[in-house]
Amino acid sequence: MRDRIADIWGTRTPHARGTRWPVRVDTALEDGLAPEDVDRWVQSACVLCSNGCACDIAVKDGRMVGVRGRGVDTVNHGRLGPKGLFGSWQGMNGRREDGRRRTDRLTRPLVREDGRLVETDWETAMGRVVERSRSLLAERGPLTHGFYTSGQLFLEEYYTLAVIGKAGLGTPHMDGNTRLCTATAAAAMKESFGSDGQPGSYEDIDECDAIFLWGHNMAETQTVLWMRVLDRLDGPDRPAVVCVDPRRTPVARRADLHLAPFNGTNQALMNGIIREVVHRGWVDDHYVAAHTLGYDDLAATVEPWTPERTAETCGVDAGDIRRAAEIFGTTGRVLSTVLQGFYQSHQATAASCQVNNLHLIRGMIGRPGAGVLQMNGQPTAQNTRECGADGDLSGFRNWSNPDHIEDLARLWNVDPLHIPSWAPPTHAMQIFRYAEQGSIGLLWISATNPAVSLPELERVRRVLSGDQCFVVVQDLYLTETAQMADVVLPAAGWGEKTGTFTNVNRTVHLSDKAVDPPGEARSDLDIFLDYARRMDFRDRGGHPLPPWNGPEEAFDAWRECSRGQLCDYTGISYDRLRGGSGIPWPCNGDAPNGTVRLYEDGVFPTRSDVAETYGHDLLTGGAVSPTAYRSRDPGGRALLKAADYLPPFERPDERFPLRCTTGRTVYHFHTRTKTGRAPQLQNAASDAWVELSRQDAEELGVAEGDRVRVVSRRGSITVAARIAEGRPGVVFVPFHYGKREDGSPRAANELTMTEWDPVSKQPFFKVAAVRVERVAAGEGPSPAPTTAGSAPADPDTVPRTEGGPDAEAHEEVAPIEPPSAATEELE
Amino acid sequence: MNIAIYLELMDDAEYNLAEGFRTAADGHRAEPDVYWLCHILADQCGTHREALAPVLERYGRAREQEEPERLRTQMLPDTRSGPAGLLRDLQDLYTLASFTDITWTLLLQAAYGLRDRELLGIVQRCHRETSTQLDWLQTRMKNAAPQALIAAR
Repeated sequence: MRDRIADIWGTRTPHARGTRWPVRVDTALEDGLAPEDVDRWVQSACVLCSNGCACDIAVKDGRMVGVRGRGVDTVNHGRLGPKGLFGSWQGMNGRREDGRRRTDRLTRPLVREDGRLVETDWETAMGRVVERSRSLLAERGPLTHGFYTSGQLFLEEYYTLAVIGKAGLGTPHMDGNTRLCTATAAAAMKESFGSDGQPGSYEDIDECDAIFLWGHNMAETQTVLWMRVLDRLDGPDRPAVVCVDPRRTPVARRADLHLAPFNGTNQALMNGIIREVVHRGWVDDHYVAAHTLGYDDLAATVEPWTPERTAETCGVDAGDIRRAAEIFGTTGRVLSTVLQGFYQSHQATAASCQVNNLHLIRGMIGRPGAGVLQMNGQPTAQNTRECGADGDLSGFRNWSNPDHIEDLARLWNVDPLHIPSWAPPTHAMQIFRYAEQGSIGLLWISATNPAVSLPELERVRRVLSGDQCFVVVQDLYLTETAQMADVVLPAAGWGEKTGTFTNVNRTVHLSDKAVDPPGEARSDLDIFLDYARRMDFRDRGGHPLPPWNGPEEAFDAWRECSRGQLCDYTGISYDRLRGGSGIPWPCNGDAPNGTVRLYEDGVFPTRSDVAETYGHDLLTGGAVSPTAYRSRDPGGRALLKAADYLPPFERPDERFPLRCTTGRTVYHFHTRTKTGRAPQLQNAASDAWVELSRQDAEELGVAEGDRVRVVSRRGSITVAARIAEGRPGVVFVPFHYGKREDGSPRAANELTMTEWDPVSKQPFFKVAAVRVERVAAGEGPSPAPTTAGSAPADPDTVPRTEGGPDAEAHEEVAPIEPPSAATEELE
Repeated sequence: MNIAIYLELMDDAEYNLAEGFRTAADGHRAEPDVYWLCHILADQCGTHREALAPVLERYGRAREQEEPERLRTQMLPDTRSGPAGLLRDLQDLYTLASFTDITWTLLLQAAYGLRDRELLGIVQRCHRETSTQLDWLQTRMKNAAPQALIAAR
């Protein structure tokens, strides 16, 4: 048994390059239970990060009592991280107040009466939604309806929502909180490769000679993926690790080279590295000529970014920039992973495209160990994107290609004109702006908590609590957002319903229903379908729209939607997903066992008749017209898109001299809706904090644990200070914590600004100017964990973060032979 | 040669467009993308004027009386409010940017006629950015139009 709070990544199983990653099966069960006490194990995958670890849910007496990794799965080879081990099942079971029989899960619908939310029945709650919906449609049409969903639901639910919104109602206002986590991944792949679709695979970790982590604190955000890296690092032929992160994260500590640029300067850094690769002659001219377009423009754009100029802008050493370029330029197989340090920062899409560019000009894509992983933040974000429940059209179709719209209209049997395709689907920040102005009069929020997760919370609260817009919230708990809703619908969640979802490397998993939902809670699928039936949406033949009634039917309908598309699911069925490993799409007649890597042939979906987008200018977001795109038809070549560096909008000044960045930490996910209800995780990081560098803390006269106020132009929070190892001039605040029960502010998003990337429309959570003021001495060290990025600069002053006996999990090393990648395994 | 007059007109057009972007930005602070991007584009117009300055000097500044009054562009004096007001303001900017765009096109023709490599280089670089400004304005307006014209109150 191991304390997996103290030992986040568990036992090492080192292996050599090109060999299979050994299996280690991790199990956590409710206190006092042994595996033989479990009634049933029900197949699923974890939803507490984007990694997509396959697991089995332990069920006893109709309750979820634990979880065990699936050793046969190609994604995690049996492992689970602390969030999965402790947060997944306890997060669903809810918090039980002392002496209370019921937990704090929502079990009945709520409606607002005289300003207060009161319990009611489904008939009344849905009646109110439908009444408002119908009256708005009659008054001003479907543009009055907005949907803001999640990266937490299942594929079947997103596709159902997409069909209701796009074919039933006909509104373009649909997005997900994926806008906050993964929009830039999708945007960067669309701009570079012509379509969404992850080029690389986790298998590339087992094969690479160097791994670059661009703004990706993998050790905390995808703990199991980091275990896979650690097992290479402890093996006989470790890959070089290059970390780009302003913080001293666990990744930075294991890196051969750590570049810590000021937050907001990624594009300058990327331009500098690419220039160096160009100047040192490391460009693969043959690959560039055969498989790309736009090289001259890229080379001209990066030319002014000498190592010295880049070093000055980014606050890093010029020698380190040269060294990074050298590692990239001279290593055989390079893998890159990119996440929020790029996606949620200034010039997000441009900087993420530059990572793609590096791989393209080196010909480092589509080969074992040489690839790109544009990561996701959430477990089912890939499905929000591919199903079209966010700012995309179903099946990676191009909204500005009339043939693609015709295709969907045929599939759904509706008039093509009914599908909103005159502009891209509206992004979340714009949806909230329309809701603020009242032109959206019904905003339906499912499985997300924007009252904590969106930037500039004071404004978000005003939008949600005002009378100008009717707000429906569907969730597990009475979240900060639900408390402001007009109607609250109790949802069934993970383990309480059946469906599928797809992780970062395109691997599809089935999650079966293990237990009944509490009280009257219903699956999101049933809620959406109930709305559709009450609204009586019909196709051209007079049949109910959507025509399906359950998850497997929805999945089968989705398979048809995906047929012939890059995200082809036609070879996948519920039956095939039961028992073995998850399967990576595309999976069809040509690739019956799925596909490990895309673009092995160097042919990209950029042909004008298949491209998901015609692209954008990376500085402004101005759309490239279909005519302009066709006139230079890339015809299967990837696009090397370039942009100069622009300084961030809000820069430090005398009043706000520090740069603030925010992010996810190892023990929590999102707004702690689930992880805050798992005692092991909650105790490990019970309250918010701010990380200050030793130098900044000294100048401010702040000691470890002191209460400090962090102030921006938008708001302020009061939290405890952690003196950490980050770079001077930069402070970090975790984004998980909402307002305290006494109402005092501690949410990182009180500080952040309402502004977004011009292409991906992802908000900037990682660039704001702040000042820090000491309020009072603390009563001890800050609640920040010592085990990860927030490790104290002076370790002896703070007790180590441990979980004790409650946090013990069982690890079984190598009980079976490791699975290999789908295509290799089954060939 | 009338080219000096057109170089002045170009300078004038970029000045007015920059002012227009700034006016629109400050009048529509509640639309963060418009606010920030219009300021960036205003600065871009400023760099176009700087790039043009040496050529203006070389061909000699036009005298006041040589410049027919009717060649001048009109800038956006003030902003409107509400979703439809935003749309109209962006449309005014589009008009200003279109004028700037076609003026670059005509200067390009002259630069070819003169075989003036310096002028050619400047015009090609700046013109590309002006046409991206137009792309952005069009994208932003097209996205906003249905909501402003149908659903807004």
